[in-house]
Amino acid sequence: MRLTCPFCGSRGLEEFTYRGDALVRRPAADTSLQTDAQAWTDYVYLRDNPAGLHSELWYHGVGCRSWLVVTRDTRTHRVDDVRAASAVAAERSGGAA
Amino acid sequence: MSGAASHPKAGAQPMRVANGNAVDTSRTLHFTFDGRRLSGHPGDTLASALLAHGIHLAGRSFKYHRPRGILSAGPEEPNALVELRDGARREPNTRATVAELFDGLVARSQNRWPSLAFDALGMNGLLSSVLGAGFYYKTFMWPASFWEKVYEPAIRRAAGLGRAADEADPDHYEKATTFCDVLVVGSGPAGLAAALAAGRAGARVILCEEDSLPGGRLRAEHMTLDGAPAADWVAKACQALAAMPEVTVMTRACVFGTYDGGTYGVLERVADHKPVPAEGEARQRLWRIVARRCVVATGAIERPVVFPNNDRPGVMLAGAVRTYVNRFGVAPGRRAVVYTCNDDGLRTARDLARVGVKVAAIVDSRPEGTGAGAQVARDCGAPFFAGASLADVYGSKGVKSVLVRDHAGQAHNIACDLVAMSGGWSPNIALTTHQGARPDYREDICAFVPSALPPGMVVVGAAAGVFDTAEALGQGAQAGQAAAALCGFETALPDLPRAEPASYGIQALFHALKGVAAAKKGKAFVDFQNDVTARDIGLAAHEGFVSVEHLKRYTTLGMATDQGKTSNVNALALLAEVSERSIAQTGTTLIRPPTQPVAIGALAGAHRGPHFKPERLPPTHQWAMAQGAVFTANGLWQRAQWYPRAGEQTWQETVNREVRTVREAVGFCDVTTLGKIDIQGPDAAEFLERVYVNAWKKLPVGRARYGLMLREDGFAYDDGTTARLGENHYVMTTTTANAGGVMAHLEFCHQWLWPEMDVQFISVTDEWAQIAVAGPKSRDVLRQIVDPEYDLSNEAFGYMAARSVTVCGGQEARLFRLSFSGELAYELAVPARYGAALAERLMQMGAPYGIAPYGTEALGVLRIEKGHPAGPELNGQTTAHDLGMGRMLSTRKDFIGRVMAQRPALTDPARPTLVGLQPLCATDTLAAGAHLLPQGALATAAADQGWISSAAWSPTVGSWIALGFLANGATRLGEVVAVHNPLAGTVVNARVVSPVFVDPEGERLHG
Repeated sequence: MRLTCPFCGSRGLEEFTYRGDALVRRPAADTSLQTDAQAWTDYVYLRDNPAGLHSELWYHGVGCRSWLVVTRDTRTHRVDDVRAASAVAAERSGGAA
Repeated sequence: MSGAASHPKAGAQPMRVANGNAVDTSRTLHFTFDGRRLSGHPGDTLASALLAHGIHLAGRSFKYHRPRGILSAGPEEPNALVELRDGARREPNTRATVAELFDGLVARSQNRWPSLAFDALGMNGLLSSVLGAGFYYKTFMWPASFWEKVYEPAIRRAAGLGRAADEADPDHYEKATTFCDVLVVGSGPAGLAAALAAGRAGARVILCEEDSLPGGRLRAEHMTLDGAPAADWVAKACQALAAMPEVTVMTRACVFGTYDGGTYGVLERVADHKPVPAEGEARQRLWRIVARRCVVATGAIERPVVFPNNDRPGVMLAGAVRTYVNRFGVAPGRRAVVYTCNDDGLRTARDLARVGVKVAAIVDSRPEGTGAGAQVARDCGAPFFAGASLADVYGSKGVKSVLVRDHAGQAHNIACDLVAMSGGWSPNIALTTHQGARPDYREDICAFVPSALPPGMVVVGAAAGVFDTAEALGQGAQAGQAAAALCGFETALPDLPRAEPASYGIQALFHALKGVAAAKKGKAFVDFQNDVTARDIGLAAHEGFVSVEHLKRYTTLGMATDQGKTSNVNALALLAEVSERSIAQTGTTLIRPPTQPVAIGALAGAHRGPHFKPERLPPTHQWAMAQGAVFTANGLWQRAQWYPRAGEQTWQETVNREVRTVREAVGFCDVTTLGKIDIQGPDAAEFLERVYVNAWKKLPVGRARYGLMLREDGFAYDDGTTARLGENHYVMTTTTANAGGVMAHLEFCHQWLWPEMDVQFISVTDEWAQIAVAGPKSRDVLRQIVDPEYDLSNEAFGYMAARSVTVCGGQEARLFRLSFSGELAYELAVPARYGAALAERLMQMGAPYGIAPYGTEALGVLRIEKGHPAGPELNGQTTAHDLGMGRMLSTRKDFIGRVMAQRPALTDPARPTLVGLQPLCATDTLAAGAHLLPQGALATAAADQGWISSAAWSPTVGSWIALGFLANGATRLGEVVAVHNPLAGTVVNARVVSPVFVDPEGERLHG
């Protein structure tokens, strides 16, 4: 399998490591077990594992050390999109504001 | 026409009857087969050379030990598996049909005892009633205890294939990666045309051919291109390709797998055709080729026909017979019967007749008036049977005659020594299905063709069901042109040679039996390599295994090393017939990589023995070697474990001396392996606040602090010290084991959680050699090394101070007053290239103070004596609370793990927490992994209250000591517990004590 890193171009799988579901969100810093235990449990333990398109985090550790958000079909390994996680995260926080 | 009798080499190789287009008969090679001295020529395969001597019998079959001959002329060979070479290079299960002959080749038949001609286990054929489909499942079930001791060894002896070498492989294997625009797989007419078209456009093209010579069927057939022998055009095409700078032609290179993202696995047999690889040459090379487009032109594989005793030596595929005649100049027999269901098979009769072989009969399964059989028979002077079938074959180690049943049911016994059979051609589509596509069945050509293709792939020529040469050339050229154009290289089509038209006219013929299940007389084989007969398929279907996936596993059909290349379609046809479905409805099993056997050695490449993993060497490694250090592996790092001195009898003696040196004088230890991460930016302090549990904002410049990191689930992750070198500049240390992980973690936190923070990280682990100098005399030694303008007094440079300094007269360095040993201690970092020089300088300047290097073992003893947690304590299952660091967790900020660490279960006082343990008898050994139980309790899991994580003999305390985790540990100081070590079978009583065994007030540290 190959991933097209937005900074390094098309690279072999051996340069990357997989982390998992990119849809989980770290609850806000001011939440606690008392105010939102479910949100923390979801964030730390619950992961979707769809058969089909999946948004997931990968790390280009043997390259530019970028974290990436990869949109991949888990059945075919077809990769539809690779974006820098920092860009996705910046949009996300921008959107939430 | 040259007859067998007139050929000059008839004496030595009686069946070498013509000049093959790939054989150099001017040179002779000698080889042995089962000890018999034989000869051949450059260009021969082992199979063609054996056939040149009239030898068909090449091995015994897997289950029934039936005599087997050479079926094919290519990699699909199921029968002729032999052992090649001797000694450490002995290689079993090699296909004689692809093994290139070299002078001195030693080949042996396999799976026979005591000899090929007489095999004691041949009687398995008589036991066939118990060896049928599923016999393993039915026969060797009870009693269960018999499996390992009785059944399995017996089965392995009887059914094994060849013998692997007993010694380590002396050859080396390489791995390589390359990239291209267009990968062309196969160099028959379609593949050559595709490569020519893409190459002339300027695209970067790789043409892979698994054979030693390009050409595919163009070498195997008696045919012309532009009026000249087809092999001439192949040579011209290869010259044209060689002149194109962007085109690479790789022969002996098998594309064995299609992987995601246009990645292909290729095995190049670099030196398999030589007795021994040349000096420095790899035996095989495993390529990973990344291609933007791929043109698959892998041709087709001919099917045998299923009829009784169709496995007798001398029964061959018709196309293979033509290959031996045209490519190798070898006639596989003197009297041949051709059995076909298509016009292509009829070519065999013409080719045989041309080289003087008597065609005893042409048996065509098609009805009278269909196909070109009658004309061919007339031309060859052969009796012709239309609408007929082969009903049996006589002779066991070779064909003596066949029984032909004509269209009226009349039987004819025809003497012959060769049967050339053709059930039609199956496109070789394996590469198109590796990603899960199921091929489509085409009734008109009685074969499966590719369906959905992996991205970037096209299939052309016979692999796509196009069996006409002119059409294959045209289709290949267009595919090559289109593939190049998609990569941005456009050009006109190349000129293509004129090919003779050829008819195919196939009519389905998978078996010549009167009903599959009823076939009782003589075994009719479907899968030659795994000895699966038509009857087995009938039996499996009768027992309910009608799914093609079940049939495969129950009968083992197609599961041999040939992957059922010659058998799968016939089996499906038989299964379809007994289950009264069409072949399309029956479907086919998935084909998985590799398409050809790939040696584990090739997959391993250079990664074997000491090169299995890379080694990381600290900067003082060579120096430590010279000191006679003993080394230990710390992950990939090689670290000095201890430094023995003359006269020391045991490692314990050495370690005790090293510990005492640190406690009483001064020692030094290379701690470069600890991860070092340089952190810079205006938000660096805020960032540290969020990844460590404790506070960082108030840490002044020039100071270091211990930090603990948690995982987001609240468990301890890593620890280390971080020093503030400047306003916005920190250097973090991590544990050796987690250096890479912490780096990825910091990047994750920054890029994904807090991208708004202005902070950057870089790993500097390998940039700095860092040496710990520890002991009461450490300041005195460093005073000799650090340049005099730096004040090292306790007042100016106290515990946890950190700063840039210069050493040895101006060399930049960093000095930290850190202590893992509990003594007055420093860590001095210099650029990595000066690490060994620093060690030498320390030895020199420290000599008057009694300095000595110490290794990881003494390092461990020193930290256990001080109760410092390390890897065994930070094992991923312990919390800050367990480690006695619960109060470090700041309540005034957010940090990774903050919320989940507050879960009641993670701070439950009943959780095992860090304690020290000291045996009541000082010399009683404590061992890591031992369990802690109340005294007198039964050694049950229910009574288990904790474990020992680290243990050592402490020369300072004069006793064994240990760190461990004990339930309610903090409240149990002074209590005596039982330490169970079930591995050693010991129970030792030990007192629960503070984990800090030495200098609990920390006075030495601050001295």
